Amino acid sequence: MKRPTPESERRLDELRERAAQHQPAQQSSKLSYHDLPLLKPPVWTWEIPAYFFVGGAAGASAMVAFAAQLTGANADLVRDARRIAAIGAVLSAPLLISDLGRPERFLNMLRVFKVRSPMSVGAWTLTAFGGAAAAAAFEIATPISSAAAAATGLVMSTYTGVLLGATAIPLWSRNARMLPVHFGASSFGSAVSLLELRGHTDAALNALGLGAAIFETAAGAAPSPTPRRHALADALAGPVPLLLRLFNKRKAAAVSTLLGSLLTRLAWVEAGKASARDIA
Amino acid sequence: MADGRMTTMDDGSAIRNPQSAIRTTGFFTDSTLCIGCKACEVACKEWNDVPDDGFLWSGLSYDNTTALGHSTWRHVKFVEHAATIGVGGNSPEQATWQFSSDVCKHCENAGCLESCPTGSIVRTEFGSVFVQPDICNGCGYCVVNCPFGVIDREPDDGRAFKCTFCYDRQRAGEQPACAKACPTGSILFGDLDALERAADARIAKLHAAGMTDATIWNPKESSVGGAHAFFLVRGDARQYNLPANPDVPTVHLKSSWSAAATAAGVLALGALMAFAFGSKR
Repeated sequence: MKRPTPESERRLDELRERAAQHQPAQQSSKLSYHDLPLLKPPVWTWEIPAYFFVGGAAGASAMVAFAAQLTGANADLVRDARRIAAIGAVLSAPLLISDLGRPERFLNMLRVFKVRSPMSVGAWTLTAFGGAAAAAAFEIATPISSAAAAATGLVMSTYTGVLLGATAIPLWSRNARMLPVHFGASSFGSAVSLLELRGHTDAALNALGLGAAIFETAAGAAPSPTPRRHALADALAGPVPLLLRLFNKRKAAAVSTLLGSLLTRLAWVEAGKASARDIA
Repeated sequence: MADGRMTTMDDGSAIRNPQSAIRTTGFFTDSTLCIGCKACEVACKEWNDVPDDGFLWSGLSYDNTTALGHSTWRHVKFVEHAATIGVGGNSPEQATWQFSSDVCKHCENAGCLESCPTGSIVRTEFGSVFVQPDICNGCGYCVVNCPFGVIDREPDDGRAFKCTFCYDRQRAGEQPACAKACPTGSILFGDLDALERAADARIAKLHAAGMTDATIWNPKESSVGGAHAFFLVRGDARQYNLPANPDVPTVHLKSSWSAAATAAGVLALGALMAFAFGSKR
């Protein structure tokens, strides 16, 4: 059985005094509504950032294929880059469709074209890119199809930054200028990494990979983009592959670039959810 | 209907003819008349068959609804203040309450409508913003494009939902359910212009009576361009989670697309240069 002690009685006195002093709930000095967030967090799950990664790498790969083709690079390299673009386009569709609340209605995306909706522009771009990339991979109407795949591929690798940037989520809209550049650079990093892992050793790939790693290092070091806890993603995307490339460890750099590219996109979407819950 | 201002639709219903009679309607919600009864919340749920979204004790005053969402289209806010002697007629020990029934703002420049890739979200003949449930595919992009956190995707259904401004009732010539159920006239429905004049008159009257902290919240000066549902509140509107300078997200399109175009150009050039000058195989 419990016995009253001096401590227990002091505690009860303390409670009585605090209760007697109780003031009604106040928020006069605070300009928020019960500290409740105003915005709704994004409902997207991992499929959307995974699509940013796959679609971006595919788009960049189509541009790499076109550049390689124009300059008369190794035919195997051109063929593999085109195939990566086509496979990426094919993988993109199920990722996007499975994230829809009503997947069976995915074709409604092509009901209208709205230039002011980055999601609409993206849906049409993916459709055009998919057709062009597939045609280029099967060498159908190649000079035109590969050029079309490269042009739409450039949009594929960058528009996802606009998709996040032009929203009401504070963290994303603050970085509306940086995100398309970041996604574009890391998409190219991913595309050359995939080709290097496929066994291609063309020095142009290393040069592109180096450029992407330098940009990603600079972007990761810039103040504020992703929260600190995403430092690992930033490191894998920028400084780690940069160092590995300087020491000519190209395949290791390629693995790091791919991981970093995927993880930074996951991090940006997760950070957007946190940003929506911030009290203004 | 014989009225020349109405057009008969294929389904037999009549709509107002946009050419001859554009009647832009609105909500004017006057928090100084709200008694926090939540009849608007109940009326909205009942008329629109909105599913329940949980019975939770929030611990935040008497507000257990806490926010608008996919299954909450009217939400009564309970803003508490420490007592100010001589204001509000309460005893000095009592907190003062201000209530305000929140709703979709039906923005003039609506982020949800602009961003919707399917064309599901449209502007109706009444000037309101309406989600067509037979078209929405639940992409979730409107959710991150609403600067007021109103629209949300319903997890079980998969589609996005928000206040319809009782489009069905307005088509039938009735006022929205919440306005009809409001017992104090806090929720006024009518022609937008007339409501704005009524709000100005109400503010003048309140200021003359000494309630000098009464203000109208209607973001006409912001990129949102004004709301079809606007509010009269006391003090800083941010206490009601009504932001001071909201932005429609389309304001970021130009800078973001410019950055994307620049990045695409640099990357294309970089790829060509790398293969033209750096290619050693």
